Amino acid sequence: MVDRFAHQPTGSATEPANVAAPSTPPSLLEARGLCKSFGGVRAVNKVAIDVPVGQITGLIGPNGAGKTTLFNLLANSLRSDSGTVMFDGSPIQELPAHALARRGLVRTFQVARVLSRLSVLDNMLLATQRQTGETLWKVWLQPGKIASEERRERDRAWEILESVGLAAKAQDYAGALSGGQRKLLELARALMTHPKLILLDEPAAGVNPTLINQICDHIRTWNRDGMTFLIIEHNMDVIMSLCDHVWVMSEGSNLANGTPIEIQRNPRVLEAYLGD
Amino acid sequence: MEGFVVSLVIFTAIFTLFGLGLNLQWGYTGLINFGHVAFMTIGAYTTVLLSLRGVPLWLAAIIGAVAASLLGLLIGFSTLRLREDYLAIVTIGVSEMLRLVAINEEEVTRGTFGLQGFPLPLEDLNPNGFVRLLMMALLTVVIGLAYWQGFRWLRQVWKQSPTSELLSSSRVALGYILSLVLAVVGVGFLSSQLKAGEVLPPWVLGALLLAACVGIVLLFVWLGDRATKRIAGWTTGLSIVIAMIAGLVGIWAFGYSLTALYHYNDNPSKNGLMLLSVLLVALVFLGLDRLVRSPWGRVIKAIREDEEVARALGKNVFAYKLQSLMLGGFLAGLAGALYSWQLTTVYPDNFRPLVTFNAWTIVVLGGAGSNLGTLLGASIFWAYDTITRFVLRDIVPLEDARLGAFRVMIIGLILMVLMIWRPQGMLGKKEELTLGR
Ligand SMILES: Nc1ncnc2c1ncn2[C@@H]1O[C@H](COP(=O)(O)OP(=O)(O)OP(=O)(O)O)[C@@H](O)[C@H]1O
Ligand SMILES: [Mg+2]
Repeated sequence: MVDRFAHQPTGSATEPANVAAPSTPPSLLEARGLCKSFGGVRAVNKVAIDVPVGQITGLIGPNGAGKTTLFNLLANSLRSDSGTVMFDGSPIQELPAHALARRGLVRTFQVARVLSRLSVLDNMLLATQRQTGETLWKVWLQPGKIASEERRERDRAWEILESVGLAAKAQDYAGALSGGQRKLLELARALMTHPKLILLDEPAAGVNPTLINQICDHIRTWNRDGMTFLIIEHNMDVIMSLCDHVWVMSEGSNLANGTPIEIQRNPRVLEAYLGD
Repeated sequence: MEGFVVSLVIFTAIFTLFGLGLNLQWGYTGLINFGHVAFMTIGAYTTVLLSLRGVPLWLAAIIGAVAASLLGLLIGFSTLRLREDYLAIVTIGVSEMLRLVAINEEEVTRGTFGLQGFPLPLEDLNPNGFVRLLMMALLTVVIGLAYWQGFRWLRQVWKQSPTSELLSSSRVALGYILSLVLAVVGVGFLSSQLKAGEVLPPWVLGALLLAACVGIVLLFVWLGDRATKRIAGWTTGLSIVIAMIAGLVGIWAFGYSLTALYHYNDNPSKNGLMLLSVLLVALVFLGLDRLVRSPWGRVIKAIREDEEVARALGKNVFAYKLQSLMLGGFLAGLAGALYSWQLTTVYPDNFRPLVTFNAWTIVVLGGAGSNLGTLLGASIFWAYDTITRFVLRDIVPLEDARLGAFRVMIIGLILMVLMIWRPQGMLGKKEELTLGR
């Protein structure tokens, strides 16, 4: 796939038009004062973050800054010690983790976690929300409805798999995919849930440059279709080219936030990255 | 002979049902249940006690199964939020506790004296010729269905590997099994002759017999190990041959069952129970088959593998585990009702941990996550049990207690080599074990 992207050098600060948009849209996700300690370690310390609706927001910081932990708190994979998270206008920090996907918040994992012993297609279908066939007794009572839902979702899954180039692998076990393909599958699977917001933990880690470009391309396309993203990434080219707004964490706390260009020029950020 | 085969079929059906419950819990959902017999105990005692108080049998059995699934609810609520090993420990504890309660609550369960003389299903039925023909037709359809499932498995295996490889490995496997049988029978025959002739002092004979057994085991394990390393698809061939033999034995048993149904009134309670349990297994089998292929089945398979992912994709993991545990418990409770009808006397000792162990053997042997495998596992298990109980006694000069220990040892040995040669079990999918995260 030769893309628009190829004509623009990555990392150039000349990118998206909407960076320049003066007014920020309302927040889809808004966290305030989040704290999490592991024993004595304060992994996340009074962190705040805003994710405006319809935008791509970046989250960067040195290794061990607490980014993944923050994701776990936002997705309720971990319980926060204190703080609030508002999603789509209501507080979610008390909800069980599984309730979030239904509300439209889905996350991926830093180390891709595909279900190796299910087929790629089943991995996709699993992500569908509100399936009739997931209720025990309806399996026997409404077979027709389930079958038609399955057909519909299968078509959608094929479509998404095709768009990320995994259609040829659809019937294989997901465990037979390469590392980069797993990243793609995770992304595609997240998309299957019909999310409003996707939290991506290092989508480009361990992925070859061409594939990174492809992933970025997809993210941009989906974003244009109205999906909001929050992306953790160490690859600055990706952050700079994709994001409308970037948040920086260091040692468990907020360090800065601003447009990619502002962040790039911020001396405190440079200091945190270069150390001491 | 008919009565003997009928009771063999009933036991196989009961343990298929029992094993299907465990396979749902462990094979598909990954719940480690080391106290499966607890559900059976509840099912059996509830059914019997209620029917003794005049509750109709079918209702008593359903209440028994529901009670068993409520036990699943109780266990699940207390442990399923914790790490998986807690479930394993609690289930062992609960199953032993229930047995001890049954021993000591003499007011209700009559303790070790056991409960006798409770009503049995269909014992007063007096079917005319037409009804008996109908029963035979029904049985034929159900058995045909089972063989068709087996055939589908075979066809799938055939598609996956080259035919020549399968043929040659099956041939080797057949030779292997035949020579194993010959060796065992030969040694047994020889030692019986020696014992009858009293040419050797008993301790010499015992030592010789022991040496011969160890020799056979070592030789065949060694041969099998070489074959595993050198012959492609050898364990598949072995599975095919064993499944075929089981299929042939099944046809033989089917013949006798048909005759038994024809002479229904010779032993109405047993013949009726056979038909009932076979039909129940068929019904449950079809229901489960649909279930594990449904979106619900997809979710529990996902949970088996990585519950964190399932949760992130919006699945209520706890609720699914609970459902699986309860449904598996329900099936075991139903098996318990049938078990009590088959035994006609219910003692607490019928529900020792060994029964759980047998269910695990069946599921592991057949292949975790394969319902057909559970059916095959149960058939092989009971065929083995019967053969060794009645045939081994005639060929190996050991007294019953030692023979019993010997038989369990062999099962342990089989499970060991199974884990080494074919860890996925006979009909399990290899990929489900070898593909890592
Ligand atoms: N489960 C845990 N138990 C104890 N400490 C933890 C746990 N999870 C994270 N930590 C600690 O919290 C800190 C933040 O970890 P986190 O994974 O959030 O970093 P990160 O910003 O995602 O880093 P990276 O960029 O390397 O992925 C680290 O010091 C880590 O050791
Ligand atoms: Mg991280």
